[in-house]
Amino acid sequence: MLMFEYKDYLIELDNFAINIGPQHPSTHGVLRVLVKLDGETVVEAEPVIGYLHTSMEKYAEYRTYHQAETITDRMDYVSAASNNLGYILAVEKLCGVKPPKRAEYIRVILTELTRISSHLVWLGTHAVDLGALTEFLYCFRERELILDIIETMTGARMTPSFFRVGGIAMDIHKNFTGKTRDFIKIFPDKISEYEALLTKNKIWLARTKNVGKISVEDAVSFGVTGPSLRASGLRYDVRKINPYSSYEDFDFDIPTGDAGDVFDRYAVRIEEMRQSLRIVNQAVENIPEGEYLSYDEYPQYVIPPKHRALTTMEGMIFLFKYGMEGIKPPKGEAYQSIEGPRGELGYYIVSDGSGFPYRMRVRPPSFCNISALCKMAKGYLLADLIAIIGSLDILLGEIDR
Amino acid sequence: MIFWLISTIIKIIVVFGIILLAAAYLTLLERKIAARIQNRLGPMEAGFHGLLQPIADGIKLFFKEDIIPAEANKALFILAPIIAVIPALVTFSVIPFGAPVKILGHIVPLQITDVNIGILFILALTSLGVYGVVVGGWASNSKYALLGGLRTAAQMISYEISLALSIIGVIMIAGSLSLANIVSAQSHIWFIVFQPAGFLIYLIASTAEMNRVPFDLGEAEGELVAGFHTEYSSMKFAFYFIGEYAQIVVNSAIITTLFLGGWQGPFLPSVIWFIIKVFAVILVYLWFRWTYPRLRYDELMHFGWKFLLPLALANIIVTGFVMILLGK
Repeated sequence: MLMFEYKDYLIELDNFAINIGPQHPSTHGVLRVLVKLDGETVVEAEPVIGYLHTSMEKYAEYRTYHQAETITDRMDYVSAASNNLGYILAVEKLCGVKPPKRAEYIRVILTELTRISSHLVWLGTHAVDLGALTEFLYCFRERELILDIIETMTGARMTPSFFRVGGIAMDIHKNFTGKTRDFIKIFPDKISEYEALLTKNKIWLARTKNVGKISVEDAVSFGVTGPSLRASGLRYDVRKINPYSSYEDFDFDIPTGDAGDVFDRYAVRIEEMRQSLRIVNQAVENIPEGEYLSYDEYPQYVIPPKHRALTTMEGMIFLFKYGMEGIKPPKGEAYQSIEGPRGELGYYIVSDGSGFPYRMRVRPPSFCNISALCKMAKGYLLADLIAIIGSLDILLGEIDR
Repeated sequence: MIFWLISTIIKIIVVFGIILLAAAYLTLLERKIAARIQNRLGPMEAGFHGLLQPIADGIKLFFKEDIIPAEANKALFILAPIIAVIPALVTFSVIPFGAPVKILGHIVPLQITDVNIGILFILALTSLGVYGVVVGGWASNSKYALLGGLRTAAQMISYEISLALSIIGVIMIAGSLSLANIVSAQSHIWFIVFQPAGFLIYLIASTAEMNRVPFDLGEAEGELVAGFHTEYSSMKFAFYFIGEYAQIVVNSAIITTLFLGGWQGPFLPSVIWFIIKVFAVILVYLWFRWTYPRLRYDELMHFGWKFLLPLALANIIVTGFVMILLGK
């Protein structure tokens, strides 16, 4: 639609269209924003997506349920564990499987650590977009520690695929809790360090306050979720409203903003890191004893734990069978949404009773959040557009799937 | 006469050599300082602690393909980087970098030439630098470059006024436009003591004039990819680069001369004092860059016109009043 209007605009308003992206330093991947400018004022900003299309949803239809999990990693490679969790919860809902408490706690720890690391990547890149280059390396310093913890537990830094239907792949690694506790000890100081560089910096405030405002009504109508929605003032968090994976056991607050501008989105995410740390702390201190896979309760859907697979005959047979043909959920469909670092992340899975998903559909938060870009950016300067894109914390792998 | 000619030519060669070398090694210094601030090591591979890095960079840029966009205005496109680099180098010719020395019975001032309107000369040349950026941005025929060039034009012109006004206090106290006289007027007390506001205004306005963070709107990599030099490659790009760093050296030298007592200082040779002071100022510039976010275009304009300019004018008036009261 924009392309047809473009010529008229050029003549009537002397406007000038510019392509921000797909190859641009601050579009966080390959987003292309078609911007119409009046001087440096944004008249219209239209996000154009599809440059990273990988047809991952389709791929999942040719994988067993456990193989498909590794695809969800790659959609949002900055917060892979969240995606794994959403997917696995959806499959568990389909099968009617309930994982043991121990597994749920470990899932929560990994997901919340991932949330912190995702926010760190966001904070670093957002600051770089606005010219504060140093913040980036401070954030990545702590992100490295988190990736270390995740690697200790799962063996992979970025794409763990550690969760299984009915539990997790392995029991806690002996160094895991120690490393996590060390991290919990040092991290609050580090958050203050990030804030010291930005939160009261006059330039930062001038760049972010009253920029890219969006009201709650508009945010809701665009389907904006996550920190971007909460910054507008709506206390909507799936972890509280529709708790999953034992989130009801933990005590944490949901930070909200009121102006819905870039600064509030920044402040909300900073506070969310603190709250995530609280959750991790409670979970690490209270990990229940017991099995980490609910194989005994649901042997037809859950893989046997490693030690039983290697010592009992039926364990070995089941492990082999699930590896070869995959688990076969009953016919039906299930939708499960979780609170990802970027917003509400939903997985909708349809089963036709075979070993492969009939259809996997993802509701990626970034996709809905970026759709509000035009609303937010209209009337602001080009420099603000960059700040707004950064503050939405989008990830193109997830948008294009 | 012949002695004067030879000594001047030698001074020109030495000064220009040192400025170019300093500009090249400033890139290394900047990377090392940035690394220090950011918990990194910086360049470590080329030579001992990356000492050969600037040379490696130079060779690399020299052998890069030199691209001129098809739709660009060729003549201006080639001319622009040259305009950017020459004024920065020439400015140094009036800056005294050491106490006069006696060689073979002649007194040789360590300054290429002492123009009696030195400060005007400096202001004239630094304003030429803006043409390099504007012409480059326009000639590239690219939208990013055009936006970068336009931004820079507005920014440099508005900050130049504050820059010039901030110096007037110094001229009033020293009573001369010649840089050699200004330095000798500071033999007891540096002018930064009398002119703290002037010093700060100059520091800020010169940062804006050099297009450095937090005022690097012309480049603004997060917004305009690389701003006015988006389309430049190879040695033309290197010229902009050298120009930028030479400007840092020159501006630091000007600050040293005007506010920090020039080459004067106890015990050490005057040239060493000069270098120490220049590098101290350079470090402040580098420190800015790695600490602050970038300002927005309209804020930059507000800050320049509504804050810096009135402050500079007030500074002149206050200086004048105080001088009348003290009966000078």
